[in-house]
Order: sequence, then C-alpha cells, then structure tokens
Amino acid sequence: MGLLVVENLSKSFGGLRAVSGLSFEVEEGEILGLIGPNGAGKTTVFNCLTGFLPSDDGSIVFRERSIKGLKPHEICALGIARTFQIVRPFLNLTVLDNLMIGAMLREKSMTLARKKAEEVLELVGLTKVGNQRAAGLPLPMRKRLELGRALCTGPSLLLLDEVMGGLNPKEVEEIVGLLKEVNGKGVAILLIEHVMKGVMALSHRVVVMNYGQKIAEGSPQEVVRDPNVVQAYLGREFADAGS
Amino acid sequence: MRKTSLLFAIAMAILMVLPAFLDKYLLGIFFMIFFYAYLGQAWNVLTGYTGHISLGHSLYVGMGAYVSTFLAMKYGLSPWIGMWAGGIIAAITGLVIGFLGFRFGLRGVYFVILTIAFAEITRLVVCHVPALGGFAGIFLDFKPSFWNLQFRSNESYYYVGLGFMVASALVVRALEKSRIGKFMIAVREDETAAEALGVNAFKYSMIAIALSAFMSALAGTLYANYIFYISPNTVMGMGLSIELILRPIVGGMGTVLGPIVGSFLLTPLSEISRAYFARGGLEGLHLILYGVLAILVVLFMREGILVYLERFWRRFVRE
Repeated sequence: MGLLVVENLSKSFGGLRAVSGLSFEVEEGEILGLIGPNGAGKTTVFNCLTGFLPSDDGSIVFRERSIKGLKPHEICALGIARTFQIVRPFLNLTVLDNLMIGAMLREKSMTLARKKAEEVLELVGLTKVGNQRAAGLPLPMRKRLELGRALCTGPSLLLLDEVMGGLNPKEVEEIVGLLKEVNGKGVAILLIEHVMKGVMALSHRVVVMNYGQKIAEGSPQEVVRDPNVVQAYLGREFADAGS
Repeated sequence: MRKTSLLFAIAMAILMVLPAFLDKYLLGIFFMIFFYAYLGQAWNVLTGYTGHISLGHSLYVGMGAYVSTFLAMKYGLSPWIGMWAGGIIAAITGLVIGFLGFRFGLRGVYFVILTIAFAEITRLVVCHVPALGGFAGIFLDFKPSFWNLQFRSNESYYYVGLGFMVASALVVRALEKSRIGKFMIAVREDETAAEALGVNAFKYSMIAIALSAFMSALAGTLYANYIFYISPNTVMGMGLSIELILRPIVGGMGTVLGPIVGSFLLTPLSEISRAYFARGGLEGLHLILYGVLAILVVLFMREGILVYLERFWRRFVRE
C-alpha cells in the first residue's frame, strides 16, 4: 500500500466541481508530479489533503490511516508538510526564527530546534541571511525559505505548490538539485509545477489533471506524448499535428 | 545582552530610590504610569503578540475589580486572594469569548466587535445588579493594611504598582522566549502558515486570551483599592478599553518595553495636562491633545516609539 492513497476525491465550490473523482497514490520515497493547466484543481487537491478545505467526498489515507477531517496542524504533525504557491513567510521574524517555528513541532527543546533550523538553513542555502528579517528577502529566497520551513517539520511527505514559479533557469536548477537531495534522504514529494523542465527532471511519475479530473498518469516521458495531455495544454490542433 | 541587563539594573535602582524625592501628587502619577504599563502589558499578550485585537479589555479589569471587592466587603477576604478569584473568572470569560471567536473563525473587525459586545453587555448587566451597587457603583471601606492592599501613603502604592509592572514585564519576557510565545507570534504573523507548520493556532490563541484576561483582572483589583470607588462605567466602560490600548500602541506592540515606554510618555501627559487645563477652565482639552498625539504616532511611527528609541540608543552607544 502506498504512503498516501487518495480515492475518489471530490470538492465543489457552489456549482463548480473543482476536483471530481480523483484517485492517485504516492509511494514511499517517490516524487510524483501533479500537473495540469491553470484552474485544473491542483491547489484545491493540496488544500483538501492538508485539511485547509474539507473535501466533499472520497478518502484520503496516509500511512494506512484516514486523515480526512483532521486539522492542518494535526496533518502536519503526522508527517505531511506543504508550501504555499503564494509564499507566506513570517515577515517580521528573522529567517532563522521562521525555520525554528517549523522545527519546534518535533524538537521540544529550543536549543535542539535552533540546531535543526541551522542545519536546514545551510541545506537551503540561506545561512548568510539567517539573521535578516524575512520581509527583506527577494522572491527566490522566499521560495527557499518556504521550502526550508516545511522541511523543518520533519515530513515524510512534502507537498510543494509551485516552488519553481518565478525563478530563472539557474535558480530552477538549484532547486531541482536541492529537491533531489531531500528526496535522497527518503522524503516523498508531491509536486505541483508549471516549470516542465523541473517536473521532467524530478518526477518518477506524473499525474495530469484537467477540469478537476485525472486525464493521464505515467512516466514523465509517456505523459508529454499523450494526445489528451497535449490537447489540454496546447489545444486540439497541436494534438492532431502531433499524432 | 549584558548592556541590557545593566540598563535594567540601573533603571530599577533609580525607580527604587525615586520615591524619596517625590511628593504625594507625583507618587500618584507614577502609580498610574505603572498601572497602565501593567495593563498595557496584559493587553499586549493577546493583541501585540498573538494578533487578536481586543477592544473590550475593560471587561476583565472590571471583573477583577468587582469580584475582589465583593469578596472583601461581603466576606472580608483579602484582595490578595480575591484577585486570584477575579483573575480566574476573567480567564474563563476570556476563554468563552476566545472559543466563540477563534473556533468560528471571527477575525479582524468581527473579533473586535465580539470583544466590545461582551464588555458592554456585562457593563449593562452590572448596572442593574443591586448587590453590586448598580449604576452608582461601590465605595470601598478604607482599612489600611498590606493584607487589605490598602495604604495610607502613596509611597506604598508606588512600590506595589512598580512590582506589578516589573513582574508583568518579566512574565512577558519569559513568554516571548518560550515555545508558547514563539507559536503565538507565528499565529500573529500568519495563522494559515503557522497551521501548515503544525502550530495549533486555536490552542495558542486560547492560552493568550486566558493569560491576558487573568493579568487584566489583577489590575482591576489594584485599581479598586487605589481609587476606593468602582462603578460599571469607570472600570468596565469603553473609555478604559481604549485608554489601556493606547500605551502599547504608542510605545510599540509585541515588545516587552513598548507598554512601559508608552505609559511613561502618555500617562504623565494625560494626568498633568488634565490638571493644567482643568485649572484654566478648559476641562477636556487634554483629551484632544492626547488624541492628536495618538494620531501622529499611528500616522508616522507605525511600529511605535520604541523602535526609534532603540535606533537612537544603538547610535548613542556606538559613538
């Protein structure tokens, strides 16, 4: 059985079915890419998985335990950490203190929490700005901070919502390297991403969503050749031309 | 860090010997400085550190004042014990308000309205309870002794007030450094992000409101035994709720020194200008002066005066 098993997940906003009947699994230690056009329902899936939105239907099982209906902080404590697409640093705290908030979840002692935060600070390459207020950081560093803070909570599954958005190619490469390192330590990753270079480089498997449903699943190479996927992303003419 | 401790020691030494040089009137002003610094610190826990804006804190002050006074007059219970009863009742009330606000997602102005509503309803209820003196309030019996928290000299009040202020500062200082305090600050900064990092925002908001209400209630007991008169409008009114938040706002919210600095600036200004203008037949003018100052700080010194003092201090020390 997979680390995270989602079955028949549905969520509507009024008349709009943002997610309908979605099923997928994340295996232990796997990187699963979740892609799809804007408005496909990817972030809604994240919000349902992490307890920020109640799901209407379906089941969410993490480590053979249902996490449906749990509060966000309870889900985090079980080992699922997430980042936000629009980053949410604690602006008035220093970068190190931001990380410490995450680290304090598992480290009851402040000294140990600080040590953990300093390790992650090094890992995400923010040591130089550790004592600066987060408000002063540019976007690429804020993305790293967002990632670092989630890592500090010691997750076994990391949900990343567009951590590469708005970064230049060099910065994307650095994040890819960083995520490979994190994954190498046994952390499974569920990755929402529009930067295809990043998705292709990292994902072991990819799930493609459109209009709240899964339209394809497979290895990165398979899905980008799938006519349904090409059509969803680029339009019918391109799909026809490709086949 | 050592410099801060030294500065603290010097300030304490000055405040300890100062009464020798002050007359009764000035001692009274200093008592009010300490009183409002303490009360501002109590409010600071909920609003400055945890980010939930309360405009109904006079509710807790009034509860402290009424509970301890009632117990003292009816059963002869020492206010030193009565204040704990008042504090616990206020903390429970705070938890009820907190539960309604935090559990049902009332944020920003909606939470503010909830706090005002509870304070105003309670004030009106007390106005109609004869056992609590109704509108007219209660005049306290004067039985001076330490055990009764009543004193003949303002010098004693000075030291009790100082003790309250310093104790509250030490408590909040310890809170700020603790795990609980850090989580409160995370909730203030971004509740959603804090939740995503495993912080139980509801729990830490509840701790904050209970502690804040408890501390505020103790101030009510102190106030009652200084003025010797309590009424719903003075200890539970909107006026006090506004008065007690001005000092931490002007000094700097979410800092230990903010309420203290704010009180040292505003309280003398308020007391002295009131007396001065009243002598010239201009009663009420001090409130205008006061309002203008508050507006200026809000417009030009968003983070409070403390930030500027710190900057000045750093430059001064370096040179």
